[in-house]
Amino acid sequence: MEDNRKAKHSLSENSLEEILKNNDGENKMQQERRSEIVSKWMEGTGPEAEIVISSRIRLARNIRKMPFPPLASDEQREKILQTAKDVLRNSRLEESGFGIMDISVLSPVFRQVLVEKHLISPLLSRENRFSALMLRKDEIISIMVNEEDHFRIQCLLPGLQLEKAWQEASRYDDILESHLDYAFDEEKGYLTACPTNVGTGLRASVMLHLPALAITQQINRILSAVSQVGLAVRGLYGEGTEMTGNLFQISNQITLGQSEEEILQNLYGVTSQLINQEKSAREHLLNEGREKLGDRAGRAYGILKNAWMLSSREAMQFLSDVRLGVDLGLLKGVPLKILNELLVLIRPGCLQYLKDKNLGPYERDLERAIQIQKCLP
Amino acid sequence: MLCEKCGKNIASVHVTKIINGKKTELYLCENCAGEKGELGFSFEGKFPLHQFFSNLMSFPGSGSGKVASTSYSGLQCPGCGLTYAQFGQIGRFGCDRCYDSFGENLLPLLRRLHGNQKHIGKIPARVGSHVRLKKDIERLREELQKKVAEEAFEEAAVLRDKIRKLENKISSGGENHGG
Repeated sequence: MEDNRKAKHSLSENSLEEILKNNDGENKMQQERRSEIVSKWMEGTGPEAEIVISSRIRLARNIRKMPFPPLASDEQREKILQTAKDVLRNSRLEESGFGIMDISVLSPVFRQVLVEKHLISPLLSRENRFSALMLRKDEIISIMVNEEDHFRIQCLLPGLQLEKAWQEASRYDDILESHLDYAFDEEKGYLTACPTNVGTGLRASVMLHLPALAITQQINRILSAVSQVGLAVRGLYGEGTEMTGNLFQISNQITLGQSEEEILQNLYGVTSQLINQEKSAREHLLNEGREKLGDRAGRAYGILKNAWMLSSREAMQFLSDVRLGVDLGLLKGVPLKILNELLVLIRPGCLQYLKDKNLGPYERDLERAIQIQKCLP
Repeated sequence: MLCEKCGKNIASVHVTKIINGKKTELYLCENCAGEKGELGFSFEGKFPLHQFFSNLMSFPGSGSGKVASTSYSGLQCPGCGLTYAQFGQIGRFGCDRCYDSFGENLLPLLRRLHGNQKHIGKIPARVGSHVRLKKDIERLREELQKKVAEEAFEEAAVLRDKIRKLENKISSGGENHGG
């Protein structure tokens, strides 16, 4: 492996094209790793795929009379993990393509990759004490063991498919339940470590790309209205992350006193409204100045294709501009799938995994530009 | 302490800003913090959840007035040993029994978080049969009362045995009734 100075030096002497062609061995490894990073939810398929990148359902479940993971002893956590492994064996989960990974044996970079793929939470990635990820091969269903709750079942689908995601997650909930004694109370529903999840234990969310609402400066007004109807708005990577690339995650906050169907309908209703508003804002922009939009997309594409260094923030913004151009037919030949994949591939964890070494911010900006070059058609 | 902006409400939000090395501190109420834009969408990121909960739990006029703070801070869950005061600090329960242990004290918090306090969603199949058993027992008990009032003791004895059987099923965990 080259040290920093050498890497920068070689970059300054060769054209970017040559750098890309160089090092076939690394390219092969990177190809394999890129296909590891790519996940089903990035496909760019499903209803409203242009605006809705993905739909997610998460169910929080716990076992009766066992301390919740944050307060559990190592022994108790180990018991929960063992229970999870037993369920995997005794149910048909293993046959249906499930595997289990102990978090403690994974490298920090690979854990980060799993977070960036939305398969585990940042909390689980930091957990070394008997935590695990049960993952179906297609990565649509993942079950976190010993996160904040004993089990967190997740279903992640491309496009707007909340109902289907709920049905899938609920199916696996039933399978787990047939082997486990859930902590459940008639009055308070599924009992969870955090009172914000009690009741249904359901967190439903959609990831939306709303560039036209941002360009027309309506986004803040609209998002604050969304937050007033009991829904939370966050950035691409959930709680506390900044909102970049005009991507917004909308999710329910209320879990008690509403049925799963009501929660989904509420989120679906608001999402549909946001989609309509975004569409009419796009219409408006097209009427106002089609050329301006085309220019914006073309310039963004040009920078992505030629830049030597890209920060995460600007890459996200340019990808958003390109995406809008593609959606409106102003820019051709860039599949949604690639744009979705790039949202993840350019994250720090993925870049370091692809490069198989730790990268500082400077090197990441270089590598980010290279990966975008390679992937963007 | 009162809000430094409006001077009316209790300050529940502590804002520290460091701009170009210059530190400014503000104690605001929830309303003013919202207006000042200090509580953006990344609320969770800026303010620790536990602080949020302790604010909710001690918030005056939230309907929890009848419970004096001294009476419940000493509560402790026999399941995991977590005290109510600790729960307020960490914002997490220790185990499923905490919900029972802290009982009614939780209702104002749940109402503030969810606007509701009763679950109406999915019920686990296994618990579903448990719930049905409980409802059966309730019904039989009512009948039993009637029979006793009517002095129909033989029939009452039959009902009593039925109730006992059902209660045994429940206390044995109802494992035989999953479905």
